[in-house]
Amino acid sequence: MRGNHIVAEAAIRAGCRFYFGYPITPQNEIPEYMAEALSKLKDGVFVQAESELAAINMVIGGSMAGARVMTSSSSPGISLKQEGISYLSALELPAVIVNMCRGGPGLGNIAPAQSDYFQATRGGGHGDYRTIVLAPSSCQELAKLTMEAFDLADIYRTPVIIFADGMLGQMMEPVEFPENTNPKSSPPKDWTLTGAKGRPGRAIRSLILDPVLEEEHNWKLMRKYERIQKKEVRYETFLLEDAKMVVVAFGTAARIARGAVKRVREQGLKVGLFRPVTLWPFPGTVLGELGKKVKLFFVFEMNMGQMVEDVRIALGGDGDIHFYGRPGGIVPTPLEVSRIISSQYLQKRL
Amino acid sequence: MKKVFSRPRSLKKVPFHYCPGCGHSIVHRLLAEVIDEMGLREIVIGVPPAGCAVLAYFYLDIDMGESPHGRGTALATGLKRVLPDRLVFTYQGDGDIAAIGTAESIHTANRGENITALFINNACYGMTGGQMAPTTLLGQHTTTSPGGRERLRDGYPIRLSEMLALTDGSAYIERTAVNSPGNIRKTKKAIAKAFKVQLDKLGFSLVEILSPCPINWRMSSYEACQWIEKEIVKYYPLGVIKDVTKRVKEC
Repeated sequence: MRGNHIVAEAAIRAGCRFYFGYPITPQNEIPEYMAEALSKLKDGVFVQAESELAAINMVIGGSMAGARVMTSSSSPGISLKQEGISYLSALELPAVIVNMCRGGPGLGNIAPAQSDYFQATRGGGHGDYRTIVLAPSSCQELAKLTMEAFDLADIYRTPVIIFADGMLGQMMEPVEFPENTNPKSSPPKDWTLTGAKGRPGRAIRSLILDPVLEEEHNWKLMRKYERIQKKEVRYETFLLEDAKMVVVAFGTAARIARGAVKRVREQGLKVGLFRPVTLWPFPGTVLGELGKKVKLFFVFEMNMGQMVEDVRIALGGDGDIHFYGRPGGIVPTPLEVSRIISSQYLQKRL
Repeated sequence: MKKVFSRPRSLKKVPFHYCPGCGHSIVHRLLAEVIDEMGLREIVIGVPPAGCAVLAYFYLDIDMGESPHGRGTALATGLKRVLPDRLVFTYQGDGDIAAIGTAESIHTANRGENITALFINNACYGMTGGQMAPTTLLGQHTTTSPGGRERLRDGYPIRLSEMLALTDGSAYIERTAVNSPGNIRKTKKAIAKAFKVQLDKLGFSLVEILSPCPINWRMSSYEACQWIEKEIVKYYPLGVIKDVTKRVKEC
């Protein structure tokens, strides 16, 4: 199955019946699949909005009404959705937003890139907030993480971003969908707008004019973000046990890096891979501990160097960090990356 | 003694914060009366805008979900699609619905989205301090059109209601005012009619309400009501702009 189709199918299996979107390459197979599949379901609704702005605001409305809702886009469209993502965060509304990242800035191109890392992990819109960011690196993981995203969004009442790229969206791989997630494990939605039946009217709002109360609201969000940081950090390691050099990469770049690590292992170099699955919360503590044992780190991203800043913070001055990046939609081969890894490794005479 | 006048159930016992002579408090009351009289309180969901009426949920005892500036009709679309049996309305100012939210307004109307928009036209940006709005009249002085709105520099006041009436998805559009007792009664009727159109699932409905903003117009409350009658109505004529229920009868 194609990556984009997997995202759409996984969303439906997770109980999402409402999709609002606007076409943009390389993610069009998501709205196309949703349009077809949701029209066949009695309770399914697909709306092609007039813009990404409208789409994300339809998501806000749908979420206020208590439904599992999703939208998807690619980089320029995600920029437009940032207004709504800030509101979703402030209003504490669950929603799933998929970014099949492409080369940028500006219109850029439609080739795979990871250049929206900062935008995804730093908030992206205005105000003090964080979004959970999940970075799959295979079609199987697209299925798993998309389904989990809906649970995380409901549990923490916060928007969750699936951060993938055009490569993952377009590639075809066999996939096994996990058992349906258990919406029962999510807290009851006792905050939704349904009409004030037998109760006082309810307002979902983000305007808090009194700075004292707005500060309080911000600290409340902060405490939630701290809970997420404690409980939801996810990462994967590969051949780290005896590693003298650690490659850090996520998503498609991690897949390429894995191939590169296998190659240099064949040459006898002790290199392992650390792959953050949650980009926020970033697995910084684990990486920091790794920095006490390993002295050489190699960060590879399909951008000019964004996650490398989080790696630097995590290592806090421990170890040497080397960065290799290819921005603009270039996808390097494992061979290319392995050559750079081995030259770094050999220079350091590890 | 027989009680002939009281606070509607859907209106909270909270004094309005609006400026003296502002039309919002009148429209809020009309809205609460209509909601009560039509028995809608338990199925209605309102969408207040970014603008003076952002605090509408302080006064209306109904479910409300605040919208980013201009996106009310898109947000209401999401609400209505999830809960098609609820009555969903937006409450938007002229800057909200006719400037920053123009695209959302046109496309929501064009989809025939079964929601109602209450469009408060006071010919300026009230909340931010009286800047020029898309509906500011030619020659009208505002803080960003200090010498008066100029055709060549600022373009013309926009007639959004007439534009939305051109879309096939709109079902009922009327322009009213709240500057006189007679017009206030007509406004209430128009709101009730718009809600009825929505309950009958006929498509998008909108009531544009010309509303005084004496503080930003630098006028007394009386002068503001007079100015609506003498000047605004010339450019924005009152009356039904579109009503598909009539058309059905004619056929």
